Amino acid sequence: MCLAIPGKIVSLDKKKEYASIDYGDGTKRKANVSLVDVKIGDYVLVHAGFAIQVLDEKEANETLDLFREMLSSEEEA
Amino acid sequence: MFSLRDKKIANEIVSKIKKMDVNLKFMHVCGTHQDTLVKNGLDVLFRECSIDIGQGPGCPVCVTTPREIEEMLLLARKGKVVTTFGDMIQVPGEKYSLQSMRTEGYDVQMVYGIEDAVNLAENRKDKDVVFMAVGFETTAPTTASVLIKDLPSNFSILSCHRIIPPALKAILDMGELKIDGFIEPGHVSTIIGLKPYEFISKDYDVPQVIAGFEPLDLLMAVWMLVHQIQRGEAAVENEYVRAVKEDGNIKAQMAINEVFELVDVKWRGFPVIPKSGLKLRDKFEDYDARKRYEDKLQDLSGKEFNEPAGCRCGEVLRGLISSQECPLFGNKCTPSTPVGPCMVSIEGSCSIEYRYAKKQ
Ligand code: SF4
Repeated sequence: MCLAIPGKIVSLDKKKEYASIDYGDGTKRKANVSLVDVKIGDYVLVHAGFAIQVLDEKEANETLDLFREMLSSEEEA
Repeated sequence: MFSLRDKKIANEIVSKIKKMDVNLKFMHVCGTHQDTLVKNGLDVLFRECSIDIGQGPGCPVCVTTPREIEEMLLLARKGKVVTTFGDMIQVPGEKYSLQSMRTEGYDVQMVYGIEDAVNLAENRKDKDVVFMAVGFETTAPTTASVLIKDLPSNFSILSCHRIIPPALKAILDMGELKIDGFIEPGHVSTIIGLKPYEFISKDYDVPQVIAGFEPLDLLMAVWMLVHQIQRGEAAVENEYVRAVKEDGNIKAQMAINEVFELVDVKWRGFPVIPKSGLKLRDKFEDYDARKRYEDKLQDLSGKEFNEPAGCRCGEVLRGLISSQECPLFGNKCTPSTPVGPCMVSIEGSCSIEYRYAKKQ
């Protein structure tokens, strides 16, 4: 129920209410984006037909670095 | 896309956790976390490190009460078109499920989200359409944002929405088991952010880490919890930074607040949990199925609805027993013959256990 799937916004309607989302596996579906502020190219988490949050690409790319840093800082402590 | 796989870091985390030499009990409240844990054998791996991680009341379909199910069954029987998520349709009520009522010819429709239910109402103007709105903070804003718009007058919702933080408090207040830390649900947290969890760490001295859904996310979250414990700290930390912002999703929070007010509600397996349910505010009462069909739902007033005989979902949801400890697991109760909701919902711990582990 709380499952949310990441996808990329490929088009937006004029009112920025609905977007077409590419899920990267060949499927594209419409989702309601009225709960988030988005532009084309953004990655969002989609749940029950609604985008619920924008994914931070920078944070995603840096997550592993952050983990490495946290794990090594423990050793110094 | 945004997957998080790195064997080297995973091995490093595991060896560090092993070295930490602890004996701890953690709880998470999310079916998707349970799925990641069991599917990847992390539950076994953590147990080898003397860390037991159980699923608490983190399955919206499972915590929906027998009374709420009877409400929907009754509305279907009274000729309403009843719509809800797929899992919910199969949950056994006292005598029937929505599924079995559909087989008998009543109008029960499965939807993917609330917008499908609204579209159905628009296409079926001759009928009253009721949507059974189930879900935590992840799902509640989708209901709220639809309610704010113009809706067809033949549409209403039966709100069974609940919120997570009061349930964490309830678990701790009941004191049935000692919990050394909570792994908080990533997608609920995308909406609410960090703040609503803070009182738990402050008042109960329990560390919390918000986690994503890759195996590496859960390994890291467990390491962060153990690390907090070893430093003698109790705070809310965020492991799922790529999706969870400190303040959450403010637009979604505003939608929830505009449409709903907090009320005391019962959860399956729990007594009434104060301010844990979302009820439609009075200005939306035209769309509140409990108001609109008050006379019809009268039939249920004063009645008690019990758990299915022998089902121990209540104890599973309170983290007291594992699914395999229920005597019905895997024999009388299977996904094709579910006795309780924890075997129905793909987020229920009995269903997850059956899917990946089966009865040993
Ligand atoms: S195995 Fe079936 S009967 Fe037992 S607790 Fe789970 S859902 Fe209930």
